[in-house]
Amino acid sequence: MSNFKEIFVKTDICTGCNTCKLACAVEHSESRNLFEAMRQTPKPRARIYVEWLQDNISVPVLCRHCEEAPCINACISGAITRSDQGNVITDNDKCIGCWTCVMVCPYGVIGRDRSRRKAYRCDRCPDLEIPACVNSCPTNALVYKTVDKFSADKRKAALKGLVAGEGA
Amino acid sequence: MSGEQQFQNLTSDPAVQQMLFKAKAENIPTVWDRYEQMLPQCGFGETGLCCRHCLQGPCRINPFEEGSQTGICGATADVMVARGLDRAIAAGTAAHSGHAKHLAHTLLKMTQGHARDYKITDPVKLKKVAERLNICVDNRDDNDIARDVALAALADFHEKDTPVMWAASVVTPGRVKVLSDLGIVPKGIDHEISEIMHRTLYGVDADPVNLLLGGLRCSVADLAGCYMGTDLADILFGTPTPQVTCANLGTLKQMSVNVALHGHNPVLSEVIIKVAGEMEEEAIQAGADGINIVGVCCAGNELMERHGIPSCTHSVSQEMALLTGAVDVMIVDYQCIMPSVASVAECMGTKVITTMDICKITGADHIEVSDETASENARQALTQAISIFKARKNKKTDIPEIKNTVVAGFSTESILTALSKLNADDPLLPLVDNIKSGNIKGVCLFAGCNNVKIPQDVNYITMTERLLKENVLVVATGCGAGSLMRHDFMDPSKTREVCGKGLYTVLNAIGEANGLGGPLPPVLHLGSCVDNSRAIEIAVALANHLGVDTNEIPVVASAPEPTSEKAISIGTYAVSAGLPTHVGVMLPVTGGPLVTNVLTQKLKDLTGGYFIVEPDPDKAADALLQALDERRAGLGLE
Repeated sequence: MSNFKEIFVKTDICTGCNTCKLACAVEHSESRNLFEAMRQTPKPRARIYVEWLQDNISVPVLCRHCEEAPCINACISGAITRSDQGNVITDNDKCIGCWTCVMVCPYGVIGRDRSRRKAYRCDRCPDLEIPACVNSCPTNALVYKTVDKFSADKRKAALKGLVAGEGA
Repeated sequence: MSGEQQFQNLTSDPAVQQMLFKAKAENIPTVWDRYEQMLPQCGFGETGLCCRHCLQGPCRINPFEEGSQTGICGATADVMVARGLDRAIAAGTAAHSGHAKHLAHTLLKMTQGHARDYKITDPVKLKKVAERLNICVDNRDDNDIARDVALAALADFHEKDTPVMWAASVVTPGRVKVLSDLGIVPKGIDHEISEIMHRTLYGVDADPVNLLLGGLRCSVADLAGCYMGTDLADILFGTPTPQVTCANLGTLKQMSVNVALHGHNPVLSEVIIKVAGEMEEEAIQAGADGINIVGVCCAGNELMERHGIPSCTHSVSQEMALLTGAVDVMIVDYQCIMPSVASVAECMGTKVITTMDICKITGADHIEVSDETASENARQALTQAISIFKARKNKKTDIPEIKNTVVAGFSTESILTALSKLNADDPLLPLVDNIKSGNIKGVCLFAGCNNVKIPQDVNYITMTERLLKENVLVVATGCGAGSLMRHDFMDPSKTREVCGKGLYTVLNAIGEANGLGGPLPPVLHLGSCVDNSRAIEIAVALANHLGVDTNEIPVVASAPEPTSEKAISIGTYAVSAGLPTHVGVMLPVTGGPLVTNVLTQKLKDLTGGYFIVEPDPDKAADALLQALDERRAGLGLE
C-alpha cells in the first residue's frame, strides 16, 4: 500500500497563485473545460485549499489519504473506505452528510457540498496520470511521488547543501 | 525532408513545417516551444479574473467559489473583465492610430519641404479625402490641400468641438445617429485612449455596461485611426491596384541580398524599396544577383498591395523567415515583432535592425529612421545587408521550394474600377444585384493574426473553404490575408475549384470584363490591418446603395486566430459598425457573465453587431452563415 504516489507540497515555493484550485475545479467538472466549467450549475468544486499562514507564506493543502485515516473509523454510515489504489474515498450513496469526517480530519480538507448534501475530497484525479493540481502548478510546488522517492529526493537535496558547505 | 508531418499539429503551412524540422534538428527554440513551456496557462488570466490596476492587488476572483466575490476594492468579476477589455481596446487603438499619426507627421513635413523622400503619389485620393473632410480643394495646389489634410488628421487626436472626423465622415448617416444616441462618437482619438486609462483606474468606473460603452467609443476611435492610416498611406504611396505576385518562404533567393521588411508602416518600407532600387549595382558587385525585398506581416501587405512585392511569411511563423538562413537583414518598425527574432537571427548569423525610437530590441542593431533623413538611413541598413550577404553567400541555406501565386491590391477604388467595366454608371449595382439574386450570399471579412494556440492557418482554411462554397464573397486583411495567400486562396487559377457556382460566376464575369481572361482570385486581399478600413468602406458603400445601415446588410467579420490587442479593437469596431463578428480564441472576459452576455447578445439591440466566440472553425462557419441568412431575411432576400 505504501508504494502509491502521494501529492506532496514543497512548502517553500508556493506563490499562492491559486492556479491549483482552478485546475482542480475544472478537472472535477462535467466538461473538464475551464470556460464551460464556469457556467456549470451547481459549480464544480476544488478539493485543494491554499492557506495563507503569514507574510509571504502560503501552503496548499489537500486530503493526505492517511494510512490510519481517522475519517474511515469515524464514518457512522460506512461510506468512507480505502480503494485498491490507496485512496480514501467517500461513497456518495452512503454518505448522510453528518460531517463527522470533517470533525475528525486533522487537516480540515474535507469539503461540504451544500447542494448535494455530501462530503467531498481529493480523489487524486483517477483519470489522469498526474493529478490536475500537480500538473497546473507553475512553480512545481506540488509534486506527485511515492513516499520513498520524495524522501530520497529530499535527502539528496539536503546532502548536496552539506557537501557544498564543506567545500567552501 | 521526412518527418515534417510531426509538425502538422502546429502549422498547416508546409514551408513552415520544413523550418520547424530544421529548428528541432538544430535545437533552436521557436514560439511553439515557448508556448509548450508556458502550459498550463493561468486560468485567472485566461478568464480575465485577475486585476493588477492598483497596488493593493493583484486580486483574483475564483469563479468556482460560492457566492458573489469581489476584488479588494469591491470590483466584481464583470467590472474586472470589462476594465481589462477596455484597456486592450485602448492599446489596439493606440497602435493603429500611432501608425496613422506617424503618416500624418510625414505628410505634414513633406508639405513643409522637410521630408524630401516623400511626395503625393495619389492626388485623386488626396482630393477625395479632403472633400470628405470639408477641406476646400478648388483652385488649390496639392501641397496646400495635403497640409490641411495632415493638420486635420493631427487635430483628430485631441478633444475638440467637432467629433473625430475620420469616424463621423466614414460611416452611414444611420450609423452616426446610432453612435450618437449611444454616446459613443469619439471626441478625439488620443482623448478616448486616455479616457479609457482614466475610467479603468483604481476607484473610477465600476459599472460594467458603462465600461463597455467606453470601450465601444474607443473602438470607433480605432476605426478612425485605421481609416486615417489607409487614407494617408494611399495619398503618399498610391492607392492599391491589382498586382500579380507571390508568397511564402520560397520567395527568398539564395543568390540575392534578401531583405525582410517586418512591421507595419509604409513610411519606412517605401523608402527602403526605393533606395534598394538605387543600390542594385552595389549588390551585384558583392556577388549577388540583386536585392530581393520580401515582406513579413503587414509591412508585407502594404508593399504587396502597392508594388506587388512578395510576402515571405506572417505572424506566428515570422521566426521561420530567419531560420532559412537566407535573410540577410530583417528591418523592422513596430507592432507584432516578436523579440525572439533577434535571438533566431543571432543563431543564423544575420541581423535584425530596429528603426523606431519606440521599438528597440535587445540583440538587434538600431538605425534610427527619421522622415528627414529616411533615404540615408535606408542606405545604411541596406549596406549592412550587403555586407552580411557577402559573408553568407557561400553558406548553405534552407529555402523551402514553396511559393504561392497571389493576386493582391484590392482597394475599394480598384474594386469599383473593376466593377465599372460591368456597369460604368453605377459600379456597385452588379455587386448589389448579385447579392440580391443570391449568387453572392453575403460578404465575410477575415482579419487578425495567427495564434500559437491554434494550428497555424487551420481556422482560416476550414472557414474560408466552407464560406466560399456557400457563395460568400471573402475579403481579407492583415495576417488573415497572409494566411489565405499562403494556401492559394488568392490564386485565380483556384477560383473555379474552391468557390460555389454563384460566386464563381460573379468573380469570373468581373475578371473577364477586365480582360484578365479568367476570374478574380477566390479571396480579395484588401491590405494590411489598418486597411480593415477598406472593408468598412465597402460595407458602408453597400449599405448606402441599399438605402439601409451597416447593421442590416449581409456582411460579417471574423478574426479566427487573433493574437494582438489590435485584433480586439478591430473586432470591437466591427461590432460598433453593426457586424456579427467572430473570434476564434476565448477573449479574457468569460469570467464576467454579464459582460459575456452583453458582448454576445445584448449588443445586438444597441449597435446591431455582436461577438460570436467560437473556437471550433466548423461551428464558427455555421454561425456566420446563419448570421448572413438572418441579415438576408431581414432585407427580404431569399
